[in-house]
Amino acid sequence: MIRTTRENDKVKDVSSLNAKYYDTKNKIVASIGKYYTYSCIFFSIMIITFLTYFIASKGLSTFLKDGVSLFDFLLGTEWKPEHENTPKFGAFAFIFGSFAVTLLSVSLSTPLSVGAAIFMAEISPKSGSRFLQPVIELLVGIPSVVYGFIGLSVIVPFMRNTFGGTGFCLASGTLVLTIMILPTITSVSYDSLKALPGGLKDASYALGATRWQTIYRVLIPTALPSILTGVVLGMARAFGEALAVQMVIGNVQRLPNSIFDSISTLTSILTLEMSNTIAGTTYNNALWSMALILLLMSFIFIFIIRILGKGSKLNER
Amino acid sequence: MVTHNNISFAEKDIAIETRNLNIYYGAKHAIKNLSMQIKKLDITAFIGPSGCGKSTYLRALNRMNDLIPIAKTTGEILFDGQNICDKNIDLAKIRQKIGMVWQKPNPFNKSIYENIVFALKYYGIKQKHVLDEIVEDSLKKVALWDEVKDRLHKSALALSGGQQQRLCIARAIATKPEILLLDEPTSALDPISSAKIEELLFELKKDYTIIIVTHNMQQAGRISSYTAFFLMGDLIEYNETNVIFTNPVIDKTNDYIMGRFG
Repeated sequence: MIRTTRENDKVKDVSSLNAKYYDTKNKIVASIGKYYTYSCIFFSIMIITFLTYFIASKGLSTFLKDGVSLFDFLLGTEWKPEHENTPKFGAFAFIFGSFAVTLLSVSLSTPLSVGAAIFMAEISPKSGSRFLQPVIELLVGIPSVVYGFIGLSVIVPFMRNTFGGTGFCLASGTLVLTIMILPTITSVSYDSLKALPGGLKDASYALGATRWQTIYRVLIPTALPSILTGVVLGMARAFGEALAVQMVIGNVQRLPNSIFDSISTLTSILTLEMSNTIAGTTYNNALWSMALILLLMSFIFIFIIRILGKGSKLNER
Repeated sequence: MVTHNNISFAEKDIAIETRNLNIYYGAKHAIKNLSMQIKKLDITAFIGPSGCGKSTYLRALNRMNDLIPIAKTTGEILFDGQNICDKNIDLAKIRQKIGMVWQKPNPFNKSIYENIVFALKYYGIKQKHVLDEIVEDSLKKVALWDEVKDRLHKSALALSGGQQQRLCIARAIATKPEILLLDEPTSALDPISSAKIEELLFELKKDYTIIIVTHNMQQAGRISSYTAFFLMGDLIEYNETNVIFTNPVIDKTNDYIMGRFG
């Protein structure tokens, strides 16, 4: 009994010490930390709000102020912004170009990336984690101009020699983007395969499944939401990429007849023409409208990723 | 090491027999020269402190140690007249005959129905009425049918832990195995779910040979007919369960059962 009383006294001492400590120094530190994080998040929200507002107001004034019809802008194929009497602002060819390179490169890159991720996670986990993962992460970090330069000096001549024409074409842009987004999709898919509970694999093998059946019927279906997140991230990167694409697609402002034709994308037109225009003109505003499309698309990509994330969390329960 | 292991059965009563089995994890000698026979259509319990090798041995019985690159196995495990440690053995066939259930329920991220027919589909069973029958039969055997019959095509992950574990047992018996290996099947479950599983095992032993690894002495005592006590990779004592728990030959067995170490 005496002993317990003593122990209680000790506990009391410690807690009162703690209380004192909290009273003075920690309270100040805590409040500084609180206001610091508050101001950081406030700053981020401000940037996003103003950015969206700025792009939207500029981009929408093409239609609201300058009287270009939304229909003509989205579906028109004539882009003659500097024509003296009847300027035309049809951006369909660029919108089409952006979607074409994105979808083509993603559909080429996804099977390669998922295959590579499966090799790293399941077939050769040792070399996967020690050697391949750092290499893939390194590839994510290479600046896009380097990819563009490689495309310019390797892929474009290859296209020219193999398929004729200039070599600056949709196919070249697709190949450059395929290589660029490969590491993104691979590394997200690899992480999602690695994060699967180990019991799943054991259960599948113990039921007599082969390695291929286990990968194909258990691991990939379970990791699918996360793999798709990687695919959407790759799409977002491909859709938003400007420099590397612009260097190899030829930037001809019309709809292509084949994948070996030159094209333009929203991003390539933006980077090429933005500096030639005067703020406030319809031409300038039309470029902002394209920027608005890019912004909206990235919102949509993020939205899809959030939905996929929710889906995979539901499945874990 | 003093050991006591003179349990042997008539040829027709042996479900699986191990001869001079050694398992190494890299430099670690995880199972040392193990020989034992397991009785058909009965429950055998493996007990022993953590790291004693009982789970390693259990995993060796359907070659799950193959998944661990550093594991090396020598010796013989005789099942259906063949040595399953043999390199040329058809692993899928062995694992169909020797099912396994783990400590943590691990249903696939699929419907209840799909979980059970998972293995059947690549054993070539395609007709829907056969699959339906096996699903119902397996779920009835694990006393889960009444609880899930209305939501067979809903996700298995929505079930409770105890239900998931019974589903995993149903999944394992759907391939009509001869032996069920259970690695601490109730240690992640609440007492009521555990009791249900124990009850179930008692029913299942009519059709299957059951080998269960457990840390729960009472559980081993309640459900098993034979008990093997492992320590540091050695099979210390193997005998009828009531002998092991009331009158063990080796002092260490007694110490462990009395809770003096482990």
